[in-house]
Amino acid sequence: MKRVDLSIGSGGKSMRDFIEGVVLKHLGNHTLNGLQDSAILSTRGTIAFTTDSFVIHPLFFPGGDIGTLCIAGTVNDLIVCGARPLYVSLALILEEGFGMDDLDRVLTSVKDTADSAGVEVVTGDTKVVRKGEADGLYINTAGIGEVVRRDDGREIREGDAVIVTGSPGDHGVAVMVARNEFALEGNVCSDCAPLVSLLPLWGMEGVKWMRDITRGGLATVICEFAEEMGCTVLLEEALVPFSPPVRCVAEILGIEPLYLPSEGKAVVVASPDAADVVLDYLRGPGGCPEASAIGVVRPKRVEASAILKTVSGGYRVLESLTGELLPRIC
Amino acid sequence: MDLRILREEHGVRALVEEVRAEIGTIGREVQIMEVCGTHTMTAYRSGLGLLLRKIGMRLISGPGCPVCVTPDGIIAAAARLVQERPGVILASFGDMLRVPASDCAIMKLVPAEGSSVHVIYSPEEVVEVAKANPQKEVVFLAAGFETTVPGIGWVVRTCLREGIRNVSLIPAMKIVPPPLKAILDAGDLRLDGFIYPGHVSVIIGSEAYRFVAEQYGVPGAVAGFEPADLLFGILSVLRQIREGRADVEIAYRRAVKPEGNGLAKRLMEDVFTVGDAEWRGFGTIPQSGLYPPEALCALSRFGIKADSGWETNGCRCGEVVRGIAEPEDCGLFGKGCTPERPLGPCMVSYEGSCLIHFKYGKELPL
Repeated sequence: MKRVDLSIGSGGKSMRDFIEGVVLKHLGNHTLNGLQDSAILSTRGTIAFTTDSFVIHPLFFPGGDIGTLCIAGTVNDLIVCGARPLYVSLALILEEGFGMDDLDRVLTSVKDTADSAGVEVVTGDTKVVRKGEADGLYINTAGIGEVVRRDDGREIREGDAVIVTGSPGDHGVAVMVARNEFALEGNVCSDCAPLVSLLPLWGMEGVKWMRDITRGGLATVICEFAEEMGCTVLLEEALVPFSPPVRCVAEILGIEPLYLPSEGKAVVVASPDAADVVLDYLRGPGGCPEASAIGVVRPKRVEASAILKTVSGGYRVLESLTGELLPRIC
Repeated sequence: MDLRILREEHGVRALVEEVRAEIGTIGREVQIMEVCGTHTMTAYRSGLGLLLRKIGMRLISGPGCPVCVTPDGIIAAAARLVQERPGVILASFGDMLRVPASDCAIMKLVPAEGSSVHVIYSPEEVVEVAKANPQKEVVFLAAGFETTVPGIGWVVRTCLREGIRNVSLIPAMKIVPPPLKAILDAGDLRLDGFIYPGHVSVIIGSEAYRFVAEQYGVPGAVAGFEPADLLFGILSVLRQIREGRADVEIAYRRAVKPEGNGLAKRLMEDVFTVGDAEWRGFGTIPQSGLYPPEALCALSRFGIKADSGWETNGCRCGEVVRGIAEPEDCGLFGKGCTPERPLGPCMVSYEGSCLIHFKYGKELPL
């Protein structure tokens, strides 16, 4: 099997061969094929710009791999800020000896995910570090999108609905199962995917706020929202649409599923009038039938940003994730 | 069996109403100690702890968190061993390794050349690690109550039978009934009843607590870990109080028998010797610890001693595990001591009262 060697990152002929033979083979497009030091791009109006690094272990997991993840993660950060993703950069940090077959698989995922998100990889970089100095492959990305959201009517009010776009926590459980640390087995898939279907929400009246659920899980996103907006969210545990595998794994390991990471789900806050329209859209064709309204915005209370009404009917403070639930999940 | 029914609002609410009615009949605030940290977790994570307090029922957390009651001396001895001795793999449960000790938490220290710290989820992993590293000494910081002890007993028996010579134990295993006696003898806490641990009782059986009812006249019940299970246990204790009797009842019949699990009990008896043990907060409690055969004892194998005595200045974990202080009574709670930077074991363990109160116990005047 062909393996990555140090010469690929050297800047010389082997690097050129690698870029043309491997990278361009998968990702080639008009801009990238020029192999210029910078990509020259055109956009309209205001842009959104984001960056992210991916150090997940293992690199391949049910429902995706680091290639799917790096594109989905980057475009999702743009989408939830109200921007249509257009361009991404891709920097590979490879460990000497990494299998070329695996790299092919990752780059195929990058290409497929980029196509489904409607973005192009327009610039990139490759570095190789000596064996033992990295864990196979790390990826850094940046993304550019054009802002499409309206800026009016986005003030958060009491009674606004807090909506989750599908079952949270699937990515966290898929990665845990793939790591085989707890001898868990199951056919659970990561939800890792670009959230392009959420873009039209930004054109709907009454849609006020959006954020994708990543590390820290649903609870952390809700707390961040409340702190940012100076309100308190009352969340109903019984309404959160966890999938059965997420419920089971959380139960067995004693983990709170509200903190399990996702990579293809988001929280949307909308006015009470708009909530049904948003839910109809989210549950519609090609959407997620599990999309649910799970909480409401209440006036700010000093004791808590978020209050959880438990399945048992008790109330308690819900806080952001403290410490690390699962390391290297994205 | 779908256990979700045991936590749904409809049923739980009906049980809470029954509790309210019983307390009404008794006519005063009732104080019950839930011995096991997992019960504390059930109560607070479901929001029941706060709800019960409002209707006149105080749940007091007891000594049932193995991490919390392990004295500093044992942790410090394990820390010194892996820091100073080359070629040692120190294995233990994650929480145990995060407890701040006199030097620093085991997880944070720098092991000696060729030594390392290994987090295990199940005792049997110790045998796997030992077989995979025959040239190293695997030292198992073995903490736990009767729930975990049979698993540790299996490790000891396997090592003896298969002649695995590179495993030894730093003994921190404890049995649950003796500290209950210590709490009752101390008499500094008014207790109307006990909720006995569910999983410990699967092993030792409910009759192990008979002395509490007969010698001290204090009612009690074994409960399971779903919110409704806990309420069934509380109701059983409240009925005993109302009727003026003291008994040991089982409100967790799907798992617990009066006589316990004979196989597990025999394994424990075969492999371990009962002896005095030091508990954080209590000092030495007679006949409350379990010790492996001399040949597998890390303390004698490496000539180390477990000194006692050290606690963070101002840390009241010792009083918290005895039920005489609430986490909120401690000056460090939530200030110097938080789950990210714990100063005492009760803020480290998922069964620790301080962590549970910090995460789930904030008052909500709704």
